[in-house]
Amino acid sequence: MKKTFALLALLVLVSTMALACAPKAKFQCTDKIGCVDIGPNEPIRIAYSMVVSGGDASLGTDTKRGVEIAIEDRKGELLGHKIEFFGEDDLCNAEGGQTAAQKLSADPKLLAVIGTNCSSAARPAIPIYCKAGIAMVSPSNTAPDLTDPNRPAEYFCYLRSCHNDKVQGARMAEFAWEKGFKRAATCHDGSIYADQLQQVFAERFKELGGEITAQEAVGPDDTDMKPMLTRVAATKPEFFYYPIFIKAGGQITKQAKEVPGMENVQLAGADGIFSPDFLRAAGDAALGMLWSSPDFSAFAGGYQEFLAKHEAKYGEKPLAPFHAHAYDAANMIFAAIEKVAVKDPDGTLHIGRQALIDALFATKDFKGLTGNLTCNPYGDCADPKIAVYQCVNADPDSWNPGADPDSNPKKIWP
Amino acid sequence: MLYRLRRKISGTTVFMWIIGLGILAMVVVGSAQTLASGRYPSDQWLVLTIYGVAQGSVYALIALGYTMVYGILRMINFAHSEVFMSGPFIGYYVATALDEAGFLDRQPVIGLGIVLLAAMATSTTIAVLLERIAYRPLRRAPRLVPLITAIGASFFLQYTFRGLFGSGVKGYPEIDQLKGYWLIPGTQFGVLKTQGVVIVAAVIMLVGLYLFVQRTKTGKSLQAVSEDKDIAALMGIDVDRAIVITFIIGGALAGAAGVLYALLFRQVNFFMGFFPGIKAFTAAVLGGIGNVVGAMLGGLFLGIAESLFPNLVLDGLGIPAPYQLKDALAFILLVVVLIFRPTGILGERLAAKKA
Repeated sequence: MKKTFALLALLVLVSTMALACAPKAKFQCTDKIGCVDIGPNEPIRIAYSMVVSGGDASLGTDTKRGVEIAIEDRKGELLGHKIEFFGEDDLCNAEGGQTAAQKLSADPKLLAVIGTNCSSAARPAIPIYCKAGIAMVSPSNTAPDLTDPNRPAEYFCYLRSCHNDKVQGARMAEFAWEKGFKRAATCHDGSIYADQLQQVFAERFKELGGEITAQEAVGPDDTDMKPMLTRVAATKPEFFYYPIFIKAGGQITKQAKEVPGMENVQLAGADGIFSPDFLRAAGDAALGMLWSSPDFSAFAGGYQEFLAKHEAKYGEKPLAPFHAHAYDAANMIFAAIEKVAVKDPDGTLHIGRQALIDALFATKDFKGLTGNLTCNPYGDCADPKIAVYQCVNADPDSWNPGADPDSNPKKIWP
Repeated sequence: MLYRLRRKISGTTVFMWIIGLGILAMVVVGSAQTLASGRYPSDQWLVLTIYGVAQGSVYALIALGYTMVYGILRMINFAHSEVFMSGPFIGYYVATALDEAGFLDRQPVIGLGIVLLAAMATSTTIAVLLERIAYRPLRRAPRLVPLITAIGASFFLQYTFRGLFGSGVKGYPEIDQLKGYWLIPGTQFGVLKTQGVVIVAAVIMLVGLYLFVQRTKTGKSLQAVSEDKDIAALMGIDVDRAIVITFIIGGALAGAAGVLYALLFRQVNFFMGFFPGIKAFTAAVLGGIGNVVGAMLGGLFLGIAESLFPNLVLDGLGIPAPYQLKDALAFILLVVVLIFRPTGILGERLAAKKA
């Protein structure tokens, strides 16, 4: 009995040694940050960090759907592996962005994150993802400082497929000046996005020769805007730009019509409230209001097919302006993974984290729905084309930007 | 004499007084500079005050719910903000239905009455259920227990509404007859009709409640229970009934406040109760928690402070975009009031009685 056992033990020992010594080109990870190994039957994991609940849920739902369509276009597969898409609700604020980042970055197999929607959520989240070596591509953070040439080194894993607000704010200012407005006021809600966007607008407007009569601010959850609007009215502006979010934006739009001196001021917002949900919140007061937003008519030819797929899959029109940017962000990531992944004969994938980030930054002339994407060394990849849209119908069900020249909201510039 | 005074005033008290006086000095200097600059016409201050009164009367109605429950049960009913939210939420569906039928524009008074009744009924039901299910079994438990239960109930209600009706913001229908202004005689400014209606409705309810508590037999039984539950029971007062009545009144006022709030801001959302709830709780503390008139005064004071003071005080101090800081300013004022009157504006009588 004892003999049999010893023999068996010897046999096991020898066979393990034989296996270990078998001649085989084993993958050696030389990546600076490390590699992710995906076994033959394991999926490729991509996560989202978006706002999918609350007043701004339209923003996150819209981008999430963009990614889902991009995955569907590949039949859910990449390099023979299933793509697993999951994620966290980041609530469009700093705390939510940070919590989501901590939770997602604990996943050792996670390759890339698509998000966040809101720049405020991005700021604390970026260093967490970068520390974990996870690539991050945002479809809708537009605040200028996230891709500033002087951005901190700990932002090295962050890119975005949407425009920088340096472009959006300036275009709105040029529009206002061109249309003969001489006096403008602005309002932000303390978020990084709104604050920087109104600042860019104000600087460009002053440069063109206009006068900024007031730069006000409110809280994102404030409801009584009339005192603030009364203050703005006292400075007699002709144009009022408040690039904020849906809840407070809806209140300002409604109450501006009720404050003496503001009835005839031209109201304008930005892409954060470019949504049928905003019409729900603002009601009839939204009629005549302006938005700066990506120019849908300048999108590539595939956009109309995308819209058809969207309508077929979700039974409605896109809810916010960033679905196409999200679609492009997902495809950029897929292309970069295809470029850097090393495949073993048994189907195991090895992906270097730094290599993936480098491949994303090397994106050049990438044909996306939103144009030709080329990433600069600071993570700006978009091909920004900004248009000004006007609300010609306050009914949220009529929302269909970019369908044809007369649809609601209507593109009026350029 | 001097020795006793010195013993009563500790170092902390002096320190707090210095902080309080510093803030008061800031308020005075800021206001003086703004007024001296003459940048804003006097009419504008009047308009800002009216905005504040409209907002404040809504706070006052919610604050009554906090203060009455505290007076009778010695607990902060943190779920009250959800009682406030539930009313206009159901009211929204009634109002939309009436609006689509055209009834709201043809018969605005009756229509609004129906919406108000629906909202008050909903809020009252929820308040009574809360008392029965969440608070009554815990009445003899340590004080912290019902407090935690209240917070739990608040989350439960919020997310139940979110689950049932979605998380988006819904726009309340607008009543045609309530568009526009009533002009204030002698000025070029008007009072928004919605604000006028809100102020009048709130005043009627506040006066009604005051008379009810002071003059009727039931009201007196509430007072008795709030003074001492056990002795009130010995005197033949049904304590359970008195407590339920308190929740009914608090719920009905919160539901009404919700509709008034929705009239002013025309938006409902599952999370809408949170901030007004916190503000109303502040108002209740400001006025002296447990005191009915105090809650009314506290609400009005807070509303006016939020609307008027950023422009009046912070503008003079040269702070840009002052309305961003209106909550901070409101809470600083709360600190000042509590430094000089730790029991709130009208809290003293109550404190003496309870001591």
